[in-house]
Amino acid sequence: MSTALLLSALVGGLANGAVYALVALGLTLIYGVLHIINFAHGSLLMLALYASWILWSALGVSPYVALVLLAPLFFALGYALQRWVIGPAGQGRDANVLLVTLGVSIVIDNLALAVFGPATRTVDIPLATSTIDLGVMYLPLPRLIAFVAALLLSGGLWLLLNRTDLGRAIRAVARESDAARLVGIRVAHIHAVTFGIGTASVAAAACLLLPSFYVSPDAGYAFVLVAFTVVVMGGMGSFPGALLAGLVIGVIESFSGLWFGPSLAPIGIYAAFALVLLFRPTGLFGARA
Amino acid sequence: MLLEVTGLAAGYGALPVLRDVTMAVGQGEIVAVLGANGAGKTTLNRVLSGLLRPRAGVIRFDETLITTANPEAIVSAGLIHVPEGRRIFARHTVEENLLLGAYRRGRTRRARNLARIYALFPRLSERRSQVAGSLSGGEQQMLAIGRGMMAEPRLMILDEPSLGLSPRLVDEMFDLVGSLAGDGTAILIVEQNVVRTLDLASRAYVLENGRIALQGEAATLARDPVLRQTYLGV
Repeated sequence: MSTALLLSALVGGLANGAVYALVALGLTLIYGVLHIINFAHGSLLMLALYASWILWSALGVSPYVALVLLAPLFFALGYALQRWVIGPAGQGRDANVLLVTLGVSIVIDNLALAVFGPATRTVDIPLATSTIDLGVMYLPLPRLIAFVAALLLSGGLWLLLNRTDLGRAIRAVARESDAARLVGIRVAHIHAVTFGIGTASVAAAACLLLPSFYVSPDAGYAFVLVAFTVVVMGGMGSFPGALLAGLVIGVIESFSGLWFGPSLAPIGIYAAFALVLLFRPTGLFGARA
Repeated sequence: MLLEVTGLAAGYGALPVLRDVTMAVGQGEIVAVLGANGAGKTTLNRVLSGLLRPRAGVIRFDETLITTANPEAIVSAGLIHVPEGRRIFARHTVEENLLLGAYRRGRTRRARNLARIYALFPRLSERRSQVAGSLSGGEQQMLAIGRGMMAEPRLMILDEPSLGLSPRLVDEMFDLVGSLAGDGTAILIVEQNVVRTLDLASRAYVLENGRIALQGEAATLARDPVLRQTYLGV
């Protein structure tokens, strides 16, 4: 196997992995702070893919520009969803919350099917087909942009969590929710803000994906299953864990596609997943049980 | 009176815990709440800080009704609860814990309060960038009180502040509480250490099975034969 082929698999895997990480960061943040598993995450990704596609097909807005519009919009959507649907309906019981997020996902998926039909759609922007000559290989420009932007957004998210008042409050609610109330933090608001941030990052990931991907009512599944794997492999609720596991899984998927063929690529992901859990049951960065 | 509680009842589910509790704390006064485990002390604190809604009764803080107020409104009003078991944010740094204490206060006041706390607790200042979970038990208790002071309390509820401290640290703790009250902060202190607490407080309430069984001047209660027998075994 040629060096160029291996290198391009590595680079392509890293690019996919960064987007997996961004999708997984939203999921792991919501789990870490609200202690809920958000089954609607994939559906929200799909919804954002459609939103970005509509902006392109109706107004000619590039998905990269759409990111700037859709991230705040989806923050508001996520905030409202948690504050007025998932939070009140869940009533603090884990099983309820699980079913409510599953219900929200079924509603969104079927609405998309009813409105857009089952057809697969893509955007066609000149940028999507340009490549960069790396000497030994050609790298499609959208993957490079996705990689860099996903890492920048992850870094921004990390700074938000660790260097701001809001981030301090979010981390306080995650660990000691009663003590957080006693210093005057509005826990329901912080829960909704966190859900909003998770939803905004999934919308950003959608905009980065769209130029090299497609959208259909079931487009979310392909990513969210991998994102769940990333979250568990990194350690539930761990930010650096999700980032590292996302990149690792992207690269593993890419190499396993090279050896076993693209349709069998997921084998590598789940083999690695099983291995990690065998030796570290709580994931790479998980708290030791 | 700064805090006035009248006919308070509270509980969890079908279980009533507090019944007809009436009490008050004046400006700058130190008042103690004594009682055995399960008498309802923690429930009383949870109700006063807004974590638990009462079933009946009225709570006034500085003439304002706060019976059904949210915890954040109660914190903003200046009634600060330093919870039992310290409940610091273990993975945040010492400084982040203190800053969170002033979450409802503006940035300038926060910076000023932080400087004041560091001057009062030099050990917290030395460890400001350390993770709070790595502090010793005594330092964690200092941090919990420092975090409460960051909010500029007018009344501070201290829940078992001497729990798990060495005798020397218990002395320091009681000295600190005395000096806080000297600066004008009213204190409602819930303690197992009956002798030291009655020595410090001006008045005390004794909770038994969720009711106030005994109340009065701390000095008088300290000589009360029933109280001495129940809590001191003498």
